[in-house]
Amino acid sequence: MAGPAVPTPPSGPAPWRNPRVRAVAFQVVALVLVLWVFWTIFQNTLTNMESRGITTGFGFLDNTAGFGILFSLIPYDETNTYGRTFVVGILNTLLVSGLGILFATIIGFILGVARLSPNWLIAKMALVYIEITRNVPLLLQIFFWYFAVLRTLPGPRQSLEFPFSAFLNNRGLYAPSPNLEPAFWAVAITFGLAIAGAVVLVRWAKRRQDATGRRFPAWSVSLAAVVGLPLLVFWLAGSPLTWDLPALQGFNFRGGVRLIPEFIALWLALTLYTAGFIGEIVRSGIQSVSKGQTEASQALGLRPGQTLRLIVIPQAMRVIIPPLTSQYLNLTKNSSLATAIGYPDLVSVFMGTTLNQTGQAVEIVAMTMAVYLTISLSISFLMNLYNRAVALKER
Amino acid sequence: MTRLAATPVAGILAGCFAAAVALAGPAAAQTLDTVKERGELRCGVTTGLSGFSNPDDSGNWTGIDVDVCRAVAAAVLGDADAVAFVPLTAKERFTALQSGEIDVLSRVTTWTLTRDTSLGLNFTGVTFYDGQGFLVNKDLGVTSALELGGASVCVAAGTTTELNLADYFRAKDMTFNPVVFDAISQTIEGFASGRCDVLTSDQSQLYSLRTKLDDPDSAIVLPEVISKEPLGPVVRQGDDEWFNVVKWVLFAQLNAEELGITSENLDEMRASDNPSIKRLIGTEGDMGEKLGLSSDWAAQAIAQVGNYAEMFERNVGQGSPLRIDRGLNALWSDGGIQYAPPIR
Repeated sequence: MAGPAVPTPPSGPAPWRNPRVRAVAFQVVALVLVLWVFWTIFQNTLTNMESRGITTGFGFLDNTAGFGILFSLIPYDETNTYGRTFVVGILNTLLVSGLGILFATIIGFILGVARLSPNWLIAKMALVYIEITRNVPLLLQIFFWYFAVLRTLPGPRQSLEFPFSAFLNNRGLYAPSPNLEPAFWAVAITFGLAIAGAVVLVRWAKRRQDATGRRFPAWSVSLAAVVGLPLLVFWLAGSPLTWDLPALQGFNFRGGVRLIPEFIALWLALTLYTAGFIGEIVRSGIQSVSKGQTEASQALGLRPGQTLRLIVIPQAMRVIIPPLTSQYLNLTKNSSLATAIGYPDLVSVFMGTTLNQTGQAVEIVAMTMAVYLTISLSISFLMNLYNRAVALKER
Repeated sequence: MTRLAATPVAGILAGCFAAAVALAGPAAAQTLDTVKERGELRCGVTTGLSGFSNPDDSGNWTGIDVDVCRAVAAAVLGDADAVAFVPLTAKERFTALQSGEIDVLSRVTTWTLTRDTSLGLNFTGVTFYDGQGFLVNKDLGVTSALELGGASVCVAAGTTTELNLADYFRAKDMTFNPVVFDAISQTIEGFASGRCDVLTSDQSQLYSLRTKLDDPDSAIVLPEVISKEPLGPVVRQGDDEWFNVVKWVLFAQLNAEELGITSENLDEMRASDNPSIKRLIGTEGDMGEKLGLSSDWAAQAIAQVGNYAEMFERNVGQGSPLRIDRGLNALWSDGGIQYAPPIR
């Protein structure tokens, strides 16, 4: 087809000489190769397990488990399924990790601040604590708490008795558990409303102070409301709360709530170990804030506590958050050491007993890995959100 | 030390399992050839249970489960010492066998339907007929398992014991708190320190574990036997040649006892006219050849390890601290149920 000579746009180099095309092509080839390798491993595993007569698939999750679990947050007995042992294990892992993270953070912040205290004794005590906990392997610390401390407690019949009907023995810590009667809901609702009211009050007081300079004792009024109102309702409703007291019956204490020694040992070890690391992170964060900031704040007349709370910590958080996230992830993953002392966490229950009773190693290991991956990524995600909120805003 | 080692090993074994299964060739390995080529049998045993498999002061493994492996090594390789013992916890044992880490598992393992089928394993026979019992402290004043409602019970993870325990308490409508440990040694420590009121395991193991207490007489084994626990060696499915070898070595030792052949009188027995003895010792017929072994396979096992009675008495019977009676483990001709098919 002959037409008027249109000036053709200057053609680029041939595709195989075009660096961008080549780059994409190489990446596609690499991706296909990687996928092919994984697919082959997957297929090969299936074929091999079939040829060796090993059962595969996830049908086992519906089978009756038939074994007991020492401690569960949801109702569980031997007639439940393997699927339920999975949930029991996840919840036990989350419980010890969650409480561990909470307390490790609190103790860690105290330690970090104490390390920088001008008081020689406090600073050195924090230093000694941090150096000991950071430098002794976690597994040994777990064994220490479990075998050296909790195992040496007396038996149920010679329990150590504490106020309010709490008992400590080598079977665990027993405490009264609250029995909530229906009317208790009124108290809970009052408490919620009081908190909401306090938030509104504090905001209003701040706005008014910003606008007019007049101060209002918002904090003390709020505290009185949050504590006083629920107590008033509690009294009006006729004390709708009774306590279930633990009592020695047969071999063990019955009634009340019970913390098993395996949980206490693991929780203490994880908390105290991780707190040492968090203490150092907090110290480095505080020291990263330039000294000029503290001096300027003092020059403006802020008290040392205010300087720390309003000037130093907010800036230090930017340095603290990323390594703190790793410590949270470490603590969660370290909780799998539970299996060494028999705390029924995910690894102990699901990757231990369930794996052994069903023999389905590949499925169970994969599920367990997926759980830890999910927990870790969730923690990361939440911490990253927080990090973005406190990060330096460049304008 | 075992306790420290057990946890990482469990993880590593489970982790390696996927890789091992994924990368191994599709055909089942010819274990007999592999063992002959390697010149060594790899045998999975406990991390320490006296009478069954336990390292002595100089690091030599002893016990009836250990002798089962030694007899196989003697029959296959002509040397009862050509065995590498791999200590495993209950949780690790099947994974170790499935992945080919060991050739035979001889570790107080109960023969059940599930293990015979969906685990891809085969039990080759019964080396010890056992049953589950309870060990309690004398001070508790308990005389029957029916008084154990509400007790804390120490038990090893991943065992049939764990399941029987739950079944028993459920059937009797009693509650219990299972305190589950990885290794057998941990369960007796937990019992000794008072973490649990009761230790449950196979009765033979209870007698063995009781010797580890500071004062063995402070604890008693309750009379109830709540389950059948036939313990035996295990091999992988799909390798019939190897399955036959392990199975018939035990049968040879049982037949030897029945025929009166011991490690001491073996040489005199070579002159015997009894055709059954001749076939067993290998002076007549080609029994060894049929198994893929040399003709003196059974003679080697008997000479180096002994017949079943010798193996039993030395490790768990009257010649041992455990002093367990033959009971069910006597030959069928002596009122027990140990019965081996004929070698012919």
